Amino acid sequence: MSRQLTATERELIRQLQADIPLTPEPFADIGAAVGMSADQVLEKVGQWIEDGTIRRFGAMVRHQKLGYKANAMSAWDVPDERADEVGEALAAASEVSHCYQRPRADGWNYNLFAMIHGATPDECHQVAAALSVRVGAGEYRLLFSTREFKKISMSYFME
Amino acid sequence: MDETDNRLVTEIQSGFPVTGRPYAAIGDKLGISEEEVIERLRAIKESGEIRRMGASFDSRKLGYASTLCAAHVPAEKLEETVAVINSYINVTHNYERNHHYNVWFTVIAPSRERIGEILAEIEAQAGIDPIIDLPATRLYKIQVDLPVINE
Repeated sequence: MSRQLTATERELIRQLQADIPLTPEPFADIGAAVGMSADQVLEKVGQWIEDGTIRRFGAMVRHQKLGYKANAMSAWDVPDERADEVGEALAAASEVSHCYQRPRADGWNYNLFAMIHGATPDECHQVAAALSVRVGAGEYRLLFSTREFKKISMSYFME
Repeated sequence: MDETDNRLVTEIQSGFPVTGRPYAAIGDKLGISEEEVIERLRAIKESGEIRRMGASFDSRKLGYASTLCAAHVPAEKLEETVAVINSYINVTHNYERNHHYNVWFTVIAPSRERIGEILAEIEAQAGIDPIIDLPATRLYKIQVDLPVINE
């Protein structure tokens, strides 16, 4: 979406990023709040899903409550010329939910990040060890979260 | 969470039907009524298993910039620093992790410049060492719908 959003579109985004109402016709109710018909809302949402503006439309669950007890942020130090190859290989693993290349920084000599999900920290370690062999990347470490300070969904156009 | 709840959560995690009567459509798939879908979802949300039900937008498509940051915060400054960081609506995730860089958080803002301002403000307000700023340069996978595992 390269063009500027209209005021109505911004208002619709504010509604859609909140909770969808638990009413029989939630899109009609959202439309009523922003001055659009249900059909206009459905068309716009469909278009945004199609062009990737909406990445996902559904329920956000608490992973830790639904069986995934541990998640590890794995960080990998891979030669820059192999970063894409290894990044794609890590991303292909079903236990990996997110995978990115990022710059190195002072005191932080890792350039690939992969979130690994498992039932226990041990399982995360086993997954990482197996991945390390499979993708041929030796230098990595796992960071576990010891406390959650904040976890929210981003609210756009609120500032 | 019974078997029907698990199927309902799995169903609704990846695909909320974008139709006039979405709860009726889900009910048709699972063989339960629209009212039962709504009632079950209300209960699951109250229990906290579902955090939110709605759209996740691609920050880049909305013209926003995002990054992952890490800070080294000594124990005696932790509480105060976390409060400063969390005070920004731009910070969506913030965790303590087992490393010299012990506070890891994400920042989403309308521009890279705004992210720079926010990080400078946090450093100054909390009086901490420079924060490392690690914006993704390549995305290989962004996936959030993991299957429900029954315990």
